[in-house]
Amino acid sequence: MPDKPKVPGLFKGLGVTFGILKDTVVDGANTVQYPHEKEAPPIRARGVIALHEDNCTACMLCARSCPDWCIYIEGHKQLAPPRRAGGKPRQVNHLDRFDIDYALCMYCGICVEVCPFDALFWSPEYEYSEPKIADLLHDKEKLGEWMETVPEAPALEAGAQKK
Amino acid sequence: MIQLAIEIPYWGQSLLRVLGGLVAVLLPAGTIVYLFLFKMMSFMQSRLGPMEAGPYGSLQLVAEVGKWMQKEDLAPEAADLRIFKMAPLIVLLSTFLLVVIVPFGPDAYFTNFSVGVFLGLAVASVSVLGILIAGWASANKYSLLGGLRAAGQLIAYELPMVLAVLGVVIQAGSMNMQEITVVQNTGEIFGISWFGNPFIITQFIGFLIFMIAVQAELTQAPFDMPIAESELVSGYMTEYSGFRFLIFFIAEFATAGVFAFIASVLFLGGWGIPFSWFGWDNIDQVPDWMNLVGPLIMFTKMLVLTFIIMWVRFSMPRFREDQLQTFAWKVLIPLALLNTAVTAIFKVAL
Repeated sequence: MPDKPKVPGLFKGLGVTFGILKDTVVDGANTVQYPHEKEAPPIRARGVIALHEDNCTACMLCARSCPDWCIYIEGHKQLAPPRRAGGKPRQVNHLDRFDIDYALCMYCGICVEVCPFDALFWSPEYEYSEPKIADLLHDKEKLGEWMETVPEAPALEAGAQKK
Repeated sequence: MIQLAIEIPYWGQSLLRVLGGLVAVLLPAGTIVYLFLFKMMSFMQSRLGPMEAGPYGSLQLVAEVGKWMQKEDLAPEAADLRIFKMAPLIVLLSTFLLVVIVPFGPDAYFTNFSVGVFLGLAVASVSVLGILIAGWASANKYSLLGGLRAAGQLIAYELPMVLAVLGVVIQAGSMNMQEITVVQNTGEIFGISWFGNPFIITQFIGFLIFMIAVQAELTQAPFDMPIAESELVSGYMTEYSGFRFLIFFIAEFATAGVFAFIASVLFLGGWGIPFSWFGWDNIDQVPDWMNLVGPLIMFTKMLVLTFIIMWVRFSMPRFREDQLQTFAWKVLIPLALLNTAVTAIFKVAL
């Protein structure tokens, strides 16, 4: 096969930049003008961590596995009504405080992975910057509000349910 | 300006020339920065560039200048303060001195030196001094290295530039910029005279060498080793901030504009249109309206040439320091010498 005559790299490079210039003029840029128009993030994007409070048992696994120590959990033990009539009252952990400091968080997702009771979820929401850095500490009410933005979990593969 | 209906006194002419000089330096600089640095570079990277300040980001430059002006005037403790503050002014001054030799029309010139080319080439090397002392006075090893690299590079590329211009001077038979313009617009090439004889055709090698040397003189990529941001943190400009940096910045792009002006005079026929189109024989027959059209023609040619300079700048990776010097001394200078010799032979033989 005869080689095509080689264009020297110097001119090839000029051609590449000029081609992109032409494409940008004709078809528009690859970027979006952010505050005016927004790109929808991918559905599994790591935007913010949401807390489903009812599932949390204050087991502290997430707080201990956090590399940045940005999760603060406080809880106390209390008695809950028995499951069956006539049974003993159960002892449960009640969650008093669950804070994530997004000024420290590095979005590694280890807390979401490690949670044994599915209390933490990734949400693609990303617009929660604050003028004051202290406001980046989200308490459990705010983390609970993020639950609304958590996308539906993808359907399980066929046969995954069978025992 | 001589033929105008009202006689302008000498001070008035001087004032006009000062204003004209400011316009001739700052207007190209602003245009280059907005059109090429902000917009063309962004488009070449498939983004839009500044869009918020003014319609289509056109006031971005005003915003940037405002930002730089309000910054604190900082200087390193160990710096040689007087020289440190002087350096950017010297660089800008050389730009203003350089524009003096450029003719914009039959009567619209700042000075009509008989050795304009010579003055231009001499003044162009003044900026080396400014850059060298900026690097030295900053008391910073990165600045010093950048300054030394800049000095080495600018001196190395001065030579091919001079030799490339020499070919034009030999062919035109004059060092006067006005004469060079006229010769190109009245000349003929191989008996065809309808588009004059712009020297870019006969001196094409000279034009290439000149543009490469200009690229290096302006320390634009791929010749930006002196201000290599990844290893020298902007070289001699490291310690400058605020309006002193602004002066360096303006000087960089104003010099690009002025060198493009000079290149368009030397190689593209300057302000003129081929005189045969309108039946002019020499410069005295050129009507006054060319004093208005001439600057526009020059501005267009300047934009075309700076487009090429910026295009290359945005496309090429940087040369290594030794490649840079080798390229100047082993390729460009012999080529320029050869070009000069061939031009001289043709000049004598034909």
